[in-house]
Amino acid sequence: MGRITLDKVTKSFGEVNVIPPLDLTINDGEFVVFVGPSGCGKSTLLRLIAGLEDVTSGQIRIDGEDATDMPPAKRGLAMVFQSYALYPHMSVRKNIAFPMKMAGMPQDEQNRRIEAAAKSLNLTDYLDRRPGQLSGGQRQRVAIGRAIVREPSAFLFDEPLSNLDAALRVNMRLEISELHNALKTTMIYVTHDQVEAMTMADKIVVLRAGNIEQVGSPLELYKTPRNEFVAGFIGSPKMNLIRGETAAQKGAATIGIRPEHLAASTEGGLWQGTVGVAEHLGSDTFLHVHDHGLGDEPLTVRVDGEMAVRHGDRIFLTPDESKLHRFDKQGLRI
Amino acid sequence: MATKASRAAARLMISPAVLLLLGWMIVPLSMTLYFSFLRYNLLMPGMEEFTGWTNYRFFLTDPAFTAALWNTLLLVGGVLLITTVGGTLLALLMDQPFWGQGIVRILVIAPFFVMPTVSALVWKNMFMNPVNGLFAHVAKFFGLQPYDFLAQAPLGSIIFIVSWQWLPFATLILLTALQSLDQEQLEAAEMDGAGALSRFFYIMLPHLARAITVVILIQTIFLLSVFAEILVTTNGGPGVASTNLTYLIYMQSLLQFDVGGGSAGGVVAIILANIVAIFLMRMIGKNLEA
Amino acid sequence: MARNVTNRRKAVVTVLAWLVGLAIFFPILWIFILSFKSEGDAIKTPFEVLGSAWTFESYATVQERSNYFRHFWNSVVISVGSTLIGLLIAIPAAWAMAFVPGKRTKDVLMWMLSTKMLPPVGVLVPIYLLFRNLGLLDTRLGLVIVLTLINLPIIVWMLYTYFKEIPGEILEAARMDGASLKNELIHVLTPMAVPGIASTLLLNIILAWNEAFWTLNLTAAKAAPLTAFIASYSSPEGLFYAKLSAASTMAIAPILIMGWFSQKQLVRGLTFGAVK
Ligand SMILES: Nc1ncnc2c1ncn2[C@@H]1O[C@H](COP(=O)(O)OP(=O)(O)O)[C@@H](O)[C@H]1O
Ligand SMILES: [Mg+2]
Repeated sequence: MGRITLDKVTKSFGEVNVIPPLDLTINDGEFVVFVGPSGCGKSTLLRLIAGLEDVTSGQIRIDGEDATDMPPAKRGLAMVFQSYALYPHMSVRKNIAFPMKMAGMPQDEQNRRIEAAAKSLNLTDYLDRRPGQLSGGQRQRVAIGRAIVREPSAFLFDEPLSNLDAALRVNMRLEISELHNALKTTMIYVTHDQVEAMTMADKIVVLRAGNIEQVGSPLELYKTPRNEFVAGFIGSPKMNLIRGETAAQKGAATIGIRPEHLAASTEGGLWQGTVGVAEHLGSDTFLHVHDHGLGDEPLTVRVDGEMAVRHGDRIFLTPDESKLHRFDKQGLRI
Repeated sequence: MATKASRAAARLMISPAVLLLLGWMIVPLSMTLYFSFLRYNLLMPGMEEFTGWTNYRFFLTDPAFTAALWNTLLLVGGVLLITTVGGTLLALLMDQPFWGQGIVRILVIAPFFVMPTVSALVWKNMFMNPVNGLFAHVAKFFGLQPYDFLAQAPLGSIIFIVSWQWLPFATLILLTALQSLDQEQLEAAEMDGAGALSRFFYIMLPHLARAITVVILIQTIFLLSVFAEILVTTNGGPGVASTNLTYLIYMQSLLQFDVGGGSAGGVVAIILANIVAIFLMRMIGKNLEA
Repeated sequence: MARNVTNRRKAVVTVLAWLVGLAIFFPILWIFILSFKSEGDAIKTPFEVLGSAWTFESYATVQERSNYFRHFWNSVVISVGSTLIGLLIAIPAAWAMAFVPGKRTKDVLMWMLSTKMLPPVGVLVPIYLLFRNLGLLDTRLGLVIVLTLINLPIIVWMLYTYFKEIPGEILEAARMDGASLKNELIHVLTPMAVPGIASTLLLNIILAWNEAFWTLNLTAAKAAPLTAFIASYSSPEGLFYAKLSAASTMAIAPILIMGWFSQKQLVRGLTFGAVK
């Protein structure tokens, strides 16, 4: 079981209020991702749940039980840190065994769990090495192994992939997702990378300055962002935001259209401009279109990788009206 | 990274150290302060009485105090001069590449680990002794009259001995600081046409300034309290020629059993040391923030 | 051509550096040599000294006449004892300051340091009288207490600077893993800080071994460590060069060796982290 409820939780460091009153429910078995720009309070929120920081006010319940004043060890949660936080003086085996040793688990049960975890994480050959002798990805797996042997009611991850190189990151992303499918345990995952959020989450919590901007499934957030901030944060490349006359015609302060929802043509269309930089990714090409008369920012548009366009070409763009997002003066979705 | 529980634990963990040091500071200090206003001599027990500022008046007007103050200043100043200048030169020398760097480094820092009583006695007996000392042998070898260092120049001799002990400290710290100097900065200066002297004055010396200040301040703290070296060489003499403040107070308290006078002296010494300490603490405190 | 110049320069520096190094080290070398000479040979001119026979007799005499090893043992007990007790008190304190820093942590650290700057002579009289009344004069226990207290600030400071380099996340991981504070300190922090603790230990033993104000003022024959014992050679025994040399060699050799091992940490410890 791992149902976590935050009830009007706030956190201040001295005078600085990092988390304003915040309510959130995380259901048992859910994979929840906290996403938001750096410094928005994601780690702080995770550490409040972990018990590494005290809440300033409010209540945290785990499986219905008030955990607000419980020490971290008593909450039954496991955490994987950004730096992995492995014990450098212990072998991989001892690292994984440490939480069980602290819990006073019988030795043979410890060994059984270590073997099982090592097998599922491909660490069997490395059990007697020190963390210093492992690669980044292996260290990451040891940290996960140390977390799973405790059979916690929920896993907490704080940007666990940010120290890995790009290829490994994609791999570990899959492994963590598979782990979640296998264990069905609640996972709370913090990242500033919206791609990780979109690909892994059942539920995404978008944070800005400690406030929850929107909670929803990846597709909900993609299709119906509640405000301009979420619209700009979710999706890659970013949604094009257009203000002024064009937006007013649609009865909005701002309209947004994703690069993939703009149709490009060399013959004719609603808007036109000149191609600036063209980023060829092979399957797709992203064009940055200037001089479109809709504002100062270039528009980004996704076109087929085969389309032959070059720097300086004239291009016509037509938005898919059904995929147009409209926002009012406060930036809220209309 | 702190919760109420961990902060409470932290207070508990720090309290033994804090309480012990607090006791170590407050108990004797207040006793010293209290004694300094008493007429109190261990040879006349039961005769203690409050005398106000008398002890201070006697201590401060005693010609021995003026002499001791001068000697303290000369001792501290002399050793500081020798060790910082010598230490800088030595550090510059040892920062150059040469064969056997590690061994020479070990040789140079060795005197710092020699206990004060040993170094003082060795210099006194085996080197400065006017009959059998090595210096006397050398003088005789050149047909010169041996010089009785500790009788003729007691303070100078002590300054020399103490400098020998502290030169390694200054050298080691300045060498460490020098080695943290960015080589590229020197190379850039060389490209800009700076000669060796300009490089020293415009780049190395400013870089060393911090370390030199630290050396001066820390040595001052220790040098104000030089004691063993005087005790085993000259006993402060002849007369008070090599008596520093620490030694004067020691004589007054434990040799003349004048607790009141000694305590008044102690208070004076504490005040003087604090003046230096304030500067030192500022430096270290600034470093703590960085 | 350029290579030749640098090599010539290197040779010059080498000669110069070795000369200076040997000159500074010479007194130590000299007592080492004299300690293996007979009393009669030791006072001769340097050339005669070097040419004379080598003998261990001074070492034997020093032990026989003055029970040298008792003083040696006093030094060991006092320096090691005060250091270990100091570490025991300082490790929790440094943990608190490094990992649970509060608003006043910096002030506490600075204040601890300021106690180190108290001139010992300022509190000589009360300590002497307290010790006399408590029967601690000329006891090893008394010196262990004093040396623990005077070196505690340095121990706390050194440990603090080492602990600061350990990522707090690892201790938090231990907390998440269910370690109590005691287990966190014993199983995680201490083993990780072993190098730092070892150098603190080493430096502090050196400082305590060579401490020569309190050891001279608070001991007599019984509990005197080597600093005080050697001081008794002040006169007239000091004129027995060979015996003085033998006693001195034994007194400084162990610490010299430890000091050479701890030269790096020495800078950090003695400058309170201001120079690294
Ligand atoms: N211990 C602390 N003391 C003071 N401010 C803190 C502390 N921890 C975090 N903060 C502040 O809280 C804000 C949120 O930090 P954090 O939760 O680490 O952000 P994120 O993980 O989203 O990048 C930041 O502005 C940070 O400066
Ligand atoms: Mg973070």
